[in-house]
Amino acid sequence: MDQQAIIRSIIISTPEIIVIFGACVVLFAGLMRSKQLLNILTGLSLIFVALAAGATSGLAGPPLLAYGGTFVVDGLALFFKAIFFLATALTLLISRRYVVEENIAEGEYYALILFALAGMMIMASGRDLLVIYMGLELQALAFYVLVGYQRRDAKSTEAALKYVILGAVSSGIFLYGLSLVYGLAGTTDLMGIAASLSAEEQPGPALILAILFLITGLLFKLGAVPFHMWVPDVYEGAPTPITAYLSVASKAAAFAIVLRIFLESVIQVENIWIDAVIIIAVLTMAVGSFVALVQTNIKRMLAYSSIAHAGFALLGVVAGGQDGVSSVMLYLLIYTFMNVGMFAVIIMMRNGAVRGDEIDDYTGLATSHPVWALLTLIFLFSLAGIPPTAGFFAKFYILVALIDQGYVALAVIAVLMNAVAAYFYIRIVMVMYMKAPSRHFDLALTPMLRVSLIVAVTGTVAIGIVPGWFLDQAQNAAFGTQQASIIGLLR
Amino acid sequence: MAGFPLLSVIIFLPVAGIPLLLLLKDDEAVRWAALAILVIDFLLATWLVLAFDPVTPVMQFQERTVWVAALGISYAVGVDGISVLFVFLTALLGWICVLASWKAIDVNVKTFMINLLVMQTFMLGVFCALDLFLFYVFWEAMLIPMYVIIGVWGGDNRIYAAIKFFLYTLAGSLLFLVGIVVLYFVSGRTFDILALMEAEIPFSIQTWVFLAFLVAFAVKVPMVPVHTWLPDAHVQAPTAGSIILAGVLLKMGAYGFLRFSLPMLPDASQYFAPLVIALSAIAIVYGGFLALAQDDLKKLIAYSSVSHMGFVTLGLFTFNTNGLNGAVLQMFNHGIVTGALFLFVGIIYERTHTRQIADYGGLMKIVPIYTLLLGFFSLASMAVPGTNGFIGELLVLSGAFAWGKATGAVAIAGAMLSAAYMLRLIRRVSLGPTAFGNPEPLWDLDRREMVAILPLAIFVIWIGFYPMPFLNILDPSLNHLLMQVVGR
Repeated sequence: MDQQAIIRSIIISTPEIIVIFGACVVLFAGLMRSKQLLNILTGLSLIFVALAAGATSGLAGPPLLAYGGTFVVDGLALFFKAIFFLATALTLLISRRYVVEENIAEGEYYALILFALAGMMIMASGRDLLVIYMGLELQALAFYVLVGYQRRDAKSTEAALKYVILGAVSSGIFLYGLSLVYGLAGTTDLMGIAASLSAEEQPGPALILAILFLITGLLFKLGAVPFHMWVPDVYEGAPTPITAYLSVASKAAAFAIVLRIFLESVIQVENIWIDAVIIIAVLTMAVGSFVALVQTNIKRMLAYSSIAHAGFALLGVVAGGQDGVSSVMLYLLIYTFMNVGMFAVIIMMRNGAVRGDEIDDYTGLATSHPVWALLTLIFLFSLAGIPPTAGFFAKFYILVALIDQGYVALAVIAVLMNAVAAYFYIRIVMVMYMKAPSRHFDLALTPMLRVSLIVAVTGTVAIGIVPGWFLDQAQNAAFGTQQASIIGLLR
Repeated sequence: MAGFPLLSVIIFLPVAGIPLLLLLKDDEAVRWAALAILVIDFLLATWLVLAFDPVTPVMQFQERTVWVAALGISYAVGVDGISVLFVFLTALLGWICVLASWKAIDVNVKTFMINLLVMQTFMLGVFCALDLFLFYVFWEAMLIPMYVIIGVWGGDNRIYAAIKFFLYTLAGSLLFLVGIVVLYFVSGRTFDILALMEAEIPFSIQTWVFLAFLVAFAVKVPMVPVHTWLPDAHVQAPTAGSIILAGVLLKMGAYGFLRFSLPMLPDASQYFAPLVIALSAIAIVYGGFLALAQDDLKKLIAYSSVSHMGFVTLGLFTFNTNGLNGAVLQMFNHGIVTGALFLFVGIIYERTHTRQIADYGGLMKIVPIYTLLLGFFSLASMAVPGTNGFIGELLVLSGAFAWGKATGAVAIAGAMLSAAYMLRLIRRVSLGPTAFGNPEPLWDLDRREMVAILPLAIFVIWIGFYPMPFLNILDPSLNHLLMQVVGR
């Protein structure tokens, strides 16, 4: 690599560099003694996220390759990075009061959030299995610590331990699959893998094994059934802002690599994995929807709900093609708004002695706080997929992609599961609106929390009412990658 | 005049009025504001009917704007002879609902009225939509305010009823959604209702889509055996909720058949007509018998709705002019009459706080005007000549006999049943010894209630004696529809 190529590569990866630099700055800033420390840390982190977002938007345009083709900034990467920035900014905002309540206000907390962001950005941009793996591990390590941040809380510690062990297992499986692929294809470059796979006439047992290991590793990260066991415990035990972050950003990052690996590279051997993914998607929706019905803790319920949502989004992967890819991307963007919104509501309830994560804690909220109850109602109906909210359009577009490919029976199963899932969302609406309040509500509403709630609700409603622009962005992003990658390079 | 988006104004005026309500502090002012908004909306709807040209089946007052270009979704609205009637009915019942809730709703008045306004926008949107996606958005979005209306201001068992209503309707609607997307691809990627009506769809696909639509519409109508949410929802809902349910929501199922199943899936409609007619016949008789056995005023009317809506679906699937005309007219009639009957139950419930028929008796002596008007609407419900019910039912019956003698005979039996349960209701509530002591605080209809009831009464007599204006509006559209079903 000559000097010019190195400089070019550095420019292309500026956003990642900014975020990592920011993480280090925040780490040191955390050592300051100041009454305003938390505001400074939040502000600094937000500034770096904004700088990275600005730098990323500067890279928009035709796909850019860096570091000898192992790192790419294309439509897919840009779209997912936008999701990560949004999720990170919202997470920072909803953390402000919570870290005080839980006594975990330290510089490392913010630094780790930024490290996780950097890891996810690398995942989205990786075009080489090793680069992807590096990003994956960077964000995973940051999350292991964040999940266990309430170290005096038994549940948080338990969650972190489970997450570390199962995360390590899944990373190991993924790595094993990766090594098998390398052995077969002789390269870890996704394009190279695609080229060598398309040359194979009949997939041998080693290839099947390799693909299955890759799938398993990734489905672990997605929390798809039967690799979902860690999700409820981790979601319940982790600090609530981290749960929110995990549920939207980490999941989106996992989907980013699923889309990249499966739909750009190993699509050549689609017949090996497509049936497995279909079965897993259905199981994931079923388990998520049915088990959520009996939960009494709202964080556990949202954990199962996120499993169900992951199953639904997997259907977009099954559909494939431009519509399939962009439907998953749009789904994840919308999910970010509505799910962070719902977690912001949970944080709003967390005040002093009130934990606010039991469903009964919401009894009668609408009587005393009609505005915040209405916001919650919008998030819940959006999660349930009822129009005119964005959640409906997300599901609708997945169904369009799915039926376009002829998977009508799968679409019917998906909507029936959705009807089941609707019950546990409207049950919370019921509790809020239709029961008399049993206690006095003292909401922990800080200006930052208000901002995040308003951003989330605006996104949830706006994408529902004018989905056109967002849809175009997703479609352009998806189309951009396809043009740049296999289709362009193989022909 | 040209270029004025009359339909959009009618649809969105109620929602646009919400900020006004939010500014008001006083409950009384909120009521007046909601009433004013809905009365203006009603006047606009009246203007729409008057300006409507009844000689053509073409969609009028069309507005089209691209909504989601990438998927070919547009915001398209328009009305033909069928939908214009239901826009009018919805707008009429809208302000009547406000009057019906004037005293009955005394907690969270503002929230209630906002829900009512949102509901009104969605309902009007359903009848105006010319884009399937837009239709579905309105159709499904209605669940939110209705769920809240039943669940918050309903009776003792309101939560169960609200959740049951929500889940039944949702499950049906989601299959409808899959059907819509299938149609979208089969017809070359369009959600345009008018284009879909012209599309040639292979029979095998028609049957599947028809079944998906059938589930959604059957839940909404409701047809036996998916009618069980209705009695619960009706009984638990506040009066306004019952009026909306009976007057407008139930019509939407039948409207779905008219707008989608028949013209878009003509072959499947004919193929499945015996099934639908059999289900309708069962609904007519079964609903009638169930109504006969009820001790609760609202339940009785709810089951009578099942029976009456059976006539509607029966008429729709006879595929002849009389049957169709009768069915659509009967939809309108049922909205007027059943809406009025629920209003009456609400009025007496406000005074006595009981809906048990056994608690009543001899109302004639205490509240004569109330009893008289109740009797009048009961007669309309059992289709006595001179009321609107007679015209509609007669047309349906003649259509049913043209379809098959046995079908006609079953329908006649249903008509007789309706006389049995309505007369029994009148006898037990109005006649006989009075069940209330002398100092009972019962008062007759006040001015507000009269204002709510009179327009409904006018329509009962008007259609009963001179239905031609209504049939004239319907005729071109229904003939066009019949052409689409049978003509090819």
